[in-house]
Amino acid sequence: MGKINDKGKGSSRRDFLKSGITFGAGAIAGAGLVSAIANAGGKENKVKVLTGDGKIAEVNASELNMISPGEVQEKNQKQGRIGLPGKKFVMVIDLSRCQNARKCMAACNAAHELQPYQHHINTLQMQDSADSAPYYMPKPCFHCDNPPCVKVCPVDATFKRQDGIVLIDNERCIGCRFCISACPYSARMFQWFEPEMTEEQKNRPYNIELNVPQKRGTVTKCLFSADRLRVGKLPYCVSSCPNGVYYFGDKNEDAVTNGTTGETVLFSELIRNNAGYTYFEDLGTKPQVYYLPPKDRRTPFKPVEDSLGEKI
Amino acid sequence: MTNEVPFAMGEASEIQKDLIMPVMKVSFKEKLWTRLLMVIILVATFAYIKQLTTGLGVTAMRDYSAWGIYISHFVFLVAVSLIGALVTAILKLLKIKWATPLTRISEIISVAAVLFAAITIVVDMGRPDRLLYVFIHGRIQSPIIWDVTVVNTYLIISLILLYLPLIPDIALLRDTLTGKPNWQRKLYTLLAVNWKGTAEQKKVLNRAIGIMLVLVLPVAFSIHTVTSWLFAVNMRAGWNSTIFGPYFVSGAFVVGAAAVIVAMYVYRKTQKLQDYITDYHFDMMGKLLVLTMVIYFYFNINEFLVPGYKMERLEGSELLELFMGGHAPVFWITQIAGLILPILLLVFKPMRKPLPIMLISLVVIAGSWLKRVLIVIPAQFHPQFPIQNVPKNFHYYHPTFFELAITMGIVAGVLLVITVFSRLFPIILVVETEEERHCKIDNKATGR
Repeated sequence: MGKINDKGKGSSRRDFLKSGITFGAGAIAGAGLVSAIANAGGKENKVKVLTGDGKIAEVNASELNMISPGEVQEKNQKQGRIGLPGKKFVMVIDLSRCQNARKCMAACNAAHELQPYQHHINTLQMQDSADSAPYYMPKPCFHCDNPPCVKVCPVDATFKRQDGIVLIDNERCIGCRFCISACPYSARMFQWFEPEMTEEQKNRPYNIELNVPQKRGTVTKCLFSADRLRVGKLPYCVSSCPNGVYYFGDKNEDAVTNGTTGETVLFSELIRNNAGYTYFEDLGTKPQVYYLPPKDRRTPFKPVEDSLGEKI
Repeated sequence: MTNEVPFAMGEASEIQKDLIMPVMKVSFKEKLWTRLLMVIILVATFAYIKQLTTGLGVTAMRDYSAWGIYISHFVFLVAVSLIGALVTAILKLLKIKWATPLTRISEIISVAAVLFAAITIVVDMGRPDRLLYVFIHGRIQSPIIWDVTVVNTYLIISLILLYLPLIPDIALLRDTLTGKPNWQRKLYTLLAVNWKGTAEQKKVLNRAIGIMLVLVLPVAFSIHTVTSWLFAVNMRAGWNSTIFGPYFVSGAFVVGAAAVIVAMYVYRKTQKLQDYITDYHFDMMGKLLVLTMVIYFYFNINEFLVPGYKMERLEGSELLELFMGGHAPVFWITQIAGLILPILLLVFKPMRKPLPIMLISLVVIAGSWLKRVLIVIPAQFHPQFPIQNVPKNFHYYHPTFFELAITMGIVAGVLLVITVFSRLFPIILVVETEEERHCKIDNKATGR
């Protein structure tokens, strides 16, 4: 059982890997989950609930004290700004394996309720020079250790947590878009229009670690799936890749896990043995997304239309 | 409004009559002009309501051009607002006497421009309802907080600098314009703060003005320097410049001086102020404009020639687009028609006559506006990674009707504030002009 949320304990790497099939304590915060289990219970007076340490318990329906959406949001906001103690998340993207399947983009867009033209993660078609072969490059937010976006935010809406993740609080964001100008990697996008959703969806408690519901007039970007990390799972993009492109893990443990094969390797060794690098180190932003060069590409490059329609 | 027998003519001097007359009666043309401005503002208001309800998506701004003409217009207005500091403070501290009749014109331009610069920023916000967060949750490390601080400080200091020299004139209006409606006379009485023109009052006032003249200078330089840093602190080709501060400040004096020249021309014509705003003033302002433009030209050479010599990766592609690409026509228009030609023309004295210099100033203003667009927008289209998997309109920025209408409304707002001001108060310092003229006569009499 993942104990990521347990204060002061931290979790071992093995816990982190195994916990893909269990729920973490953080999930109890979701009122939706509680009610879903309540419905599944079937009995009239008793409902099943998930306890803080991951056990399922039965209680009388009348005794059930539902957490109000406001309280849920408040808790999300508080824990979302602190992050997961003792962690230092890192991602490694193996460019030699990417075949432009775009499953990462689809999973990400579904989780974060993005429009087809919005990309927390964007698979680019790259060519370094006229003499070299093109390749595909998935580009999430680099969660820089010296983030230019965080520096310029006037209201502390975007911030860096102790576990290295850069998040946006869209309950705070004033929509000045300075961070979009400041980000050299075009990782950020703006909600230019009202995101399409029902009134009910709109009234869900805001989850800062998922940035859902998205809000008009605020900035959004890749969150390293902070909500999944809290429950001990790998990010949406990492676990949906069919080609083994992504490794994700904890720098403090010097271990990263491949989202497709489940294989865990030493982060430092992976980078050293494969000439891993980060983009535009000269900018001094210290990105926390590493790349392995696009050597021995398995499939020939098939260019795809990179434009999504005329106008939005 | 009453146009008949507004004040006891016998008590007023010639100068007072000349300068107060425009406040007394409103011409039909002026009424028409005010209505026109109001219509533009009304259209802009509807456009803004549409923007509020739909989102900033009604503009042409998208993820790769997250800042558009709102921001470039903000930079333009901040630039215009610097002129108050130049004419009022710098020229006055240098004891340059000819600028006295122009101080109030430049000061009201400053106040109106910086006021609407602040409004422009609110218009550009995605969540204007969270405006107060800037004060509640402000973080000192963000240049936006610096900008908010200096813009507001500059607005307040400019208002004070507009108001202080106005006090004796308001007292004059209070005493002479007895035919005006009640609210207006009450306004004058209130604003005149019991001014009687005693020696002691004059001493206090002059000291206060002196202090504000010194105070306004660092704030004026900061306001535009910090505005330039909103761009220069970002790691983007075209903005990544160490001379952005002086580059922006020098450009600001150019557009501000041009704006004052146009305003001088308009007021001279509409208020019949030929005796007060003379050809000599246009000649001197023309020389000042040339000076500011030469300095700005020098910074332009530094800004474009040095990186243009190196042609670094992104910087090079951005410059190529300016010099030879899609932005080239506008770029060369701003550089040649907006800067080089005006310098060459204004070197010749006949070009510094009121009409030609006013026309040249209009071109300079238009060029300055476009120049800010060129500073803000092209730089955003040269990011480190290619722009892919987005709709076609994410690749360019062509302002929409809505943002153009709102921008026009902001321009109209600036002009309306200036117009209303000159309807309530004399646009030339009455008392000070009178005293200076007496001085001249005295000097002549004593043979100095």
